[in-house]
Amino acid sequence: MAATATAQRTEEIVDGLAGLEGPLLPILHAVQEAFGYVPDEALPKIAEKLNLSRAEVHGVVSFYHDFRKEPAGRHVLKLCRAEACQAQGAEALVAQAKARLGVEFHATAKGGAVTLEPVFCLGLCACGPAAMVDGKLIGRLGAAQLDAILAEFGA
Amino acid sequence: MKIYVPRDAAARALGADQVAEAVLREAKARNIDVTLIRNGSRGMVFLEPLLEVERDGIRQAFGPVAAAEVPALFEAGFGAHPKALGPTEEIDWLKRQTRLTFARCGVVDPLSLADYEAHGGLVGLRKALALPPEAVVAEVKDSGLRGRGGAGFPTGIKWETVRKAEAAQKYIVCNADEGDSGTFADRMLMEGDPFCLIEGMTIAGLATGATRGYVYIRSEYPDAIAVMEAAIAAARTAGLLGASVLGSGRGFDLWVRAGAGAYVCGEETSLLNSLEGKRGVVRAKPPLPALEGFLGRPTVVNNVISLASVPVILAKGATFYQSFGLGRSRGTIPLQIAGNVQRGGLFETAFGLTLGEIVDDIAGGTRSGRPVKAVQVGGPLGAYFPRALFDTPFGYEEFAGQDGLIGHAGLAVFDDSADMLHMARFAMEFCAIESCGKCTPCRIGAVRGVETLDRIARGDGAAVEILTDLCNTMKLGSLCALGGFTPYPVMSALTHFPDDFRSAHREAAE
Repeated sequence: MAATATAQRTEEIVDGLAGLEGPLLPILHAVQEAFGYVPDEALPKIAEKLNLSRAEVHGVVSFYHDFRKEPAGRHVLKLCRAEACQAQGAEALVAQAKARLGVEFHATAKGGAVTLEPVFCLGLCACGPAAMVDGKLIGRLGAAQLDAILAEFGA
Repeated sequence: MKIYVPRDAAARALGADQVAEAVLREAKARNIDVTLIRNGSRGMVFLEPLLEVERDGIRQAFGPVAAAEVPALFEAGFGAHPKALGPTEEIDWLKRQTRLTFARCGVVDPLSLADYEAHGGLVGLRKALALPPEAVVAEVKDSGLRGRGGAGFPTGIKWETVRKAEAAQKYIVCNADEGDSGTFADRMLMEGDPFCLIEGMTIAGLATGATRGYVYIRSEYPDAIAVMEAAIAAARTAGLLGASVLGSGRGFDLWVRAGAGAYVCGEETSLLNSLEGKRGVVRAKPPLPALEGFLGRPTVVNNVISLASVPVILAKGATFYQSFGLGRSRGTIPLQIAGNVQRGGLFETAFGLTLGEIVDDIAGGTRSGRPVKAVQVGGPLGAYFPRALFDTPFGYEEFAGQDGLIGHAGLAVFDDSADMLHMARFAMEFCAIESCGKCTPCRIGAVRGVETLDRIARGDGAAVEILTDLCNTMKLGSLCALGGFTPYPVMSALTHFPDDFRSAHREAAE
């Protein structure tokens, strides 16, 4: 998308939400929803409209794990690494996914097919190991099921 | 015929949506008139997806049900079937609980206000509307309710501070940034009984003079966000929220805000910064949020369960609520039993059960069938308890007395395959990833902690003393509980499981 188009879409989003108390997080969520990530070109527009410095906006974007600097792969696999899932074998699934995809966390594998990310708790602690696959929750994830999911993604 | 299949995220993660689809498909094929209700979860996660059929006013349970089993259930007329569990209310795990805060969760249709009222909803709010604000605060104070988010601060005293503060605008902020591993009570309540939280927040608003509220929900909980938003919209339409709460002429309204994946935002001052659109860094206290909170104004910040316990306290009275519990831990606590267990889920009970009763009896030991090695109580900042401390009664002071904490009452159970040095390292690694960076003991200490534990793992026994010293610095010098409490899991692992830190033992294990 051209820089001007990005700025224009960002401006529409900011105009719609700027009246909220503490509008920056809702704006950033909406920007990520619109573009799939938070493009650098969006930041000056947000800063200008909210009367913040670009450094302040950048600081907020970079603070939170949710906001992406670049688009994710076609599929996103989030594996829970928290203690309750570890007690149920999460570490082995993490190793399995990393080996099959040939990447570490926060990386996109297989020509943009899958982005692998850690997550610290999905609230499925009584039915772990837990995962989120393209926004869908999975409990009691097993090795065979993980392999099937990755195969379906062409990885 | 009325059939219930939960819409709770845990039930859905185990296939509840497919079960619900199968029910509708089968009902259509057999030409049976079925009303399908997507309720919350009863909390018996080990039985999810739990399907219930209402017959003669009694709900019969079946679980865990796979979608492929639904035709057979219809075939059996929802009678004798290997997955039949009998009347839901008679299931031992449920029967042994004292459900006050979660009385409606799993029972009602979460988005039906009529259902909510039919099951005792709004009684507390109506009572609060008839009382002067100071009397509402007194009721909460007398109940002995303490912050269920983990800190255990008396809720009524916090409210009193906000009530007495003079300001043109005050706020009620609900902390629904439930990031502790092993906990899911907030999520379950928001998905299963959202009006209860709305009612609790409204009562808080009336008691303190706050007219605006926010529910800050972590982004990892998309289902809870969707249900809360729908419930708030329904409450507004029904006049429960808005310029005149239930026609009283007194106003209160509230909105949902989504977090953005930062664990530290569960800390109240960092949550307030996040809500204001800033980096979620911790603020130094004082000033207390009760005096200078959201946008610098007086703000009540309470956990979901604290606020959701308020309606029943108002409805049944402070004396009733505080008659449960032990010592200075009054009322009930929703235990969240998680990790490697036979029977995991949410178990609401009066304070006072011992850790051993919870783990061996209620949870039924490990799912793997191996011996229990350790139980981490209170999330990633909670201590690991060995079997030797299983006689500790569940209460704020009782756990503090054993160098632990109850936190948000989540329990993660580990079997004997757990490597406690690895878990101690993970605690430090997690702190390093999630540190907001404001104070040095947490920001630098956690990184040094990982390095020091790696030295110990390589056989450098002298590093144990350095680790102990580092933990002391973090504990005493950190600004908030993230850096301040990370030493709990680390030191408890070191103290109670010293063998896992000895090189000879590690070599033998590897």
